[in-house]
Amino acid sequence: MRDTVGKTVLGELDDKGVDVLFHALADATRRDIVRRCVRGELSVSRLAHAYPMSFAAVQKHVTVLERAGLVTKQRRGREQLVRTEPEAVRRARRALDQLEAAWRERVDRMSELLAPAPSR
Amino acid sequence: MTVIRVDKDVDNLSLTVVAEFDAPIERVWQLWADPRQLERWWGPPSYPATVERHELAPGGEVTYFMTGPDGGRSHGWWRITSADPPRSLQFVDGFADHDGVPREGQPTTAIRVELTEHDGVTQMEMRSTFASLEHMEQVVELGAVEVFQLAVGQADAVLAG
Repeated sequence: MRDTVGKTVLGELDDKGVDVLFHALADATRRDIVRRCVRGELSVSRLAHAYPMSFAAVQKHVTVLERAGLVTKQRRGREQLVRTEPEAVRRARRALDQLEAAWRERVDRMSELLAPAPSR
Repeated sequence: MTVIRVDKDVDNLSLTVVAEFDAPIERVWQLWADPRQLERWWGPPSYPATVERHELAPGGEVTYFMTGPDGGRSHGWWRITSADPPRSLQFVDGFADHDGVPREGQPTTAIRVELTEHDGVTQMEMRSTFASLEHMEQVVELGAVEVFQLAVGQADAVLAG
């Protein structure tokens, strides 16, 4: 499964990019922010209400995610709106496609194991 | 044609594959319960799996490694959360270091397997769930990193030789 998954992703990110991405995702709050902003944009202040932490702390998390390319931030009036990058979602879809292919191959191997020995 | 349904859920970050096998439920269960059979399908032919520990009971562990074309190994582990032979199995699958010790803070995948039998045909649903979008991406990225490290190891060997 790993080689199937690895091939197409390798090369899209350099080592530094991988580091930044991993750091961005290493925190539960940051992962949750990405999840909440998949369906539509949310303001930083609205996000701040969702967590037991200060507006500034939430803003810092958003900045880390922004640097990793997982979310974008846009100013509208007095609000800063955060949205998850469609590109990231596209990559998730692709990841699911790759995982699907890996599982289909597994099912093929299972079927071979279960097939009665061919009579010759 | 044995895969009868695939459900890719981007919102809930899960992948469900339903397959049908022309075999009784007890036989299909053996694909998971017998480590020698498990290692014949878990890894792709280019990365065959070798199962070391294998305890399919709640709290039990399965440890395995996959050997690449250059002989490099990627280790993995399962922690069994529930097992009800021959009907269901739930476990967490993760990456391990080269001693087979689970890597702290790295992504894991929750896998649920459910089997039902009707008239000698067994249906098996295999559902993989990721904690978040990024979590799933991270699994993919780590997969890439593992393969990349194996490739680098090979280059080192050539340079050293």
